Amino acid sequence: MKTRNIMIVGVGGQGTLLTSRILGGIMLGAGFDVKMSEVHGMAQRGGSVVTYVRYGESVAEPIVEEGQADVLIAFEQLEAKRYAHFLKKDGVLIVNTQRIDPMPVVIGQAEYPEGIVESLKKEYRVIDVDAMSEALKLGNPRVFNVIVLGVAAKHMDFDKEQWFDVIEKTVKPKFVDLNKRAFETGYNL
Amino acid sequence: MDDKNRVMMLGNEAIARGAYEAGVKVSAAYPGTPSTEISENIVKYKDELYCEWSPNEKVATEVAIGASMAGVRSLVSMKHVGVNVAADPLYTVSYTGISGGMVLVAADDPGMYSSQNEQDTRMVARAAQVPVIEPSDSQEAKDFIKFAYDLSEKYDTPVILRTTTRLSHSQGLVTLGDRLNIEDKPYERNIAKYVMMPGNAKLRHLVVEEREKRLIEDSCDFPINRVEMNDTSIGFITSGIPYTYVKEVLPNASVLKLGLVNPLPRKLIEDFASKVDTLYIFEELDPLIETQVRSWGIKAIGKEIFTIQGEYSANMLRKAVLHEDIKIKEAAAVPGRPPILCPGCPHRSAFTVLNKLKIHAAGDIGCYTLGAVPPLGVVDTTICMGSSISTLHGMEKAKGKDYIKNWVAVIGDSTFMHTGVNSLINMVYNQGTGTVMILDNSTTGMTGHQDHAATGKTLQGEEVPAVSIPKLCEAIGVRNVYEINVFDTEGLEKLIKQELARDEVSVIITKTPCVLLNRTPVTHTCQVDADACKKCGMCMKPGCPAVTKLDSGVTRIDTTMCNGCGLCKSQCKFGAIKDVPC
Repeated sequence: MKTRNIMIVGVGGQGTLLTSRILGGIMLGAGFDVKMSEVHGMAQRGGSVVTYVRYGESVAEPIVEEGQADVLIAFEQLEAKRYAHFLKKDGVLIVNTQRIDPMPVVIGQAEYPEGIVESLKKEYRVIDVDAMSEALKLGNPRVFNVIVLGVAAKHMDFDKEQWFDVIEKTVKPKFVDLNKRAFETGYNL
Repeated sequence: MDDKNRVMMLGNEAIARGAYEAGVKVSAAYPGTPSTEISENIVKYKDELYCEWSPNEKVATEVAIGASMAGVRSLVSMKHVGVNVAADPLYTVSYTGISGGMVLVAADDPGMYSSQNEQDTRMVARAAQVPVIEPSDSQEAKDFIKFAYDLSEKYDTPVILRTTTRLSHSQGLVTLGDRLNIEDKPYERNIAKYVMMPGNAKLRHLVVEEREKRLIEDSCDFPINRVEMNDTSIGFITSGIPYTYVKEVLPNASVLKLGLVNPLPRKLIEDFASKVDTLYIFEELDPLIETQVRSWGIKAIGKEIFTIQGEYSANMLRKAVLHEDIKIKEAAAVPGRPPILCPGCPHRSAFTVLNKLKIHAAGDIGCYTLGAVPPLGVVDTTICMGSSISTLHGMEKAKGKDYIKNWVAVIGDSTFMHTGVNSLINMVYNQGTGTVMILDNSTTGMTGHQDHAATGKTLQGEEVPAVSIPKLCEAIGVRNVYEINVFDTEGLEKLIKQELARDEVSVIITKTPCVLLNRTPVTHTCQVDADACKKCGMCMKPGCPAVTKLDSGVTRIDTTMCNGCGLCKSQCKFGAIKDVPC
């Protein structure tokens, strides 16, 4: 099989690392070779962050490059737009419609672009989800990322039980149920 | 293979595992991205080895040298610029050689994800005549470090394992092995080898030159230098992460994959070069392999088509070698999202006061380097660890004490303990008058919360007496030492003004822990009373990401981000911001 390329992008602190750990876990469980690449250090301080996950029979490079992503999971609109050109022609973009103003916007040096989701839809296969509202319905805004993962999971090669299995192994025991419900919410959207 | 023995590991985790399996008994380090996780993982094996955070890389290296002299295998790890701090012992331990195997892990940062320069450790190693080993993935990171210890002992030399951000922070599958039981070497007094006074060092230099010659010959047969002969029309000499890009794009090309990148296995390279039509040298950062290979009269293509800066990629090969027209869409022009100080960060409060007083800051290395950018824009200089106090002192000596009446030095607690303390000693000794702010957040913040001598806890988790920074400053001879909560903005403002007016060295320690350290539940958040808000925007001046302006001009505080530090509240003259219990 050809190596599949997944990217998770967002704002430092949104939990991209947990999501990539779940992703890596499911691919390993299915017997694939997996490589993942992350950003640590200064870039985590509220900056733009990106995680690459690649899986297949044998994976060489650990990063996903422009024009190569099969699935792009964006936890924030502006970050979706920043990285959309990493998608393959038929790649799918899952975007959480949350908006987080970067500092240049907060201090009035730049404008946050209007109509990001609509403009992306003209160029790419886009699935948008308001995961923050769904997370609040579940009573915990922090699980929005696992809701987004649930949406993305429908575009990957694993069934729901496999995902649950990995969530159980990855998340702290007291948060397993909440994260499973979050995943299910996204999966059924 | 038993599944339990195959696990995903970060490159740095694999390095730690490899050191453990190699029987390492002592490990020392100072944190620095992208090397920090090596020590954070090696501490998992603390029942079987000793590990520590040292105050800086020079000390850490000397600890590893001592352990080696005492006959055990030792490890020291650091980021690339840490190698500069460690250069003094490194250049000379190359002469003395070792007893127990010694490996220095240096983590380079091509692309400067979290660094102040893009230097290439291989250049330092070449100058110090220390062999350098470079793995390409997590499995190799683990295997190569074990090889490095054998090499170290066989050739009586310290060995550098060079990693890069991409390798250190990528995960891949690793097959675990058992820990080797390495016997301690008996101690033998040997001053000709270990006391580097000129008479001895002259003879050791000859030994180093001889060792280098042997390595150049023997390394042609090292298993970590691997020839993959395929299509001979294109050949690559490469190593490390760039090797994976070659395999991604040109799986059928012939490759000489170097595991030892200093010194170079000359015969092996000459032999490989003679068998391929076009030879490319694909190495990130400096043209270390390229210049040497060319100096031997071998034709090769390198930096003229690949860059000297930044990270390499598979797309770079697709474009430069295959001339593929990669149909990539243009990146959208969108506002940048630079890193920022967290909501509730104590540094923001310090910089808000300095900004209000229009004071310049000689800066240092840490999260507070972000005080250079808008909207706070207070920090004017950042060079290296510990440089803030000494650069301020240099300014004063150049232009006189009045010149620095609107300047302070800002330095974190961990950076102060690293090398800043030397600069403070110098300022007092040489009769400076600078005002130094030690932004003491009780941790090494930027690298993800590591302890140091002033936190009262070790890497292994033991509680120890903490160095008292105020007492240390007093002992140095600073007569004006103050501690203040950084969120007391009025008090801090008064204090800074008072101390800047004084013609003596002052140290203001803003003792307030990092907001991410030992997180306790938020008890209240700050919220804007929209009716009382005069839309003046003062509360936005500190640049907290939780505070944004609505279309109406009224500000709004995002309660999911706010942790109630109250800095915005202290800026509001109209009492429109209130604490609201959660």
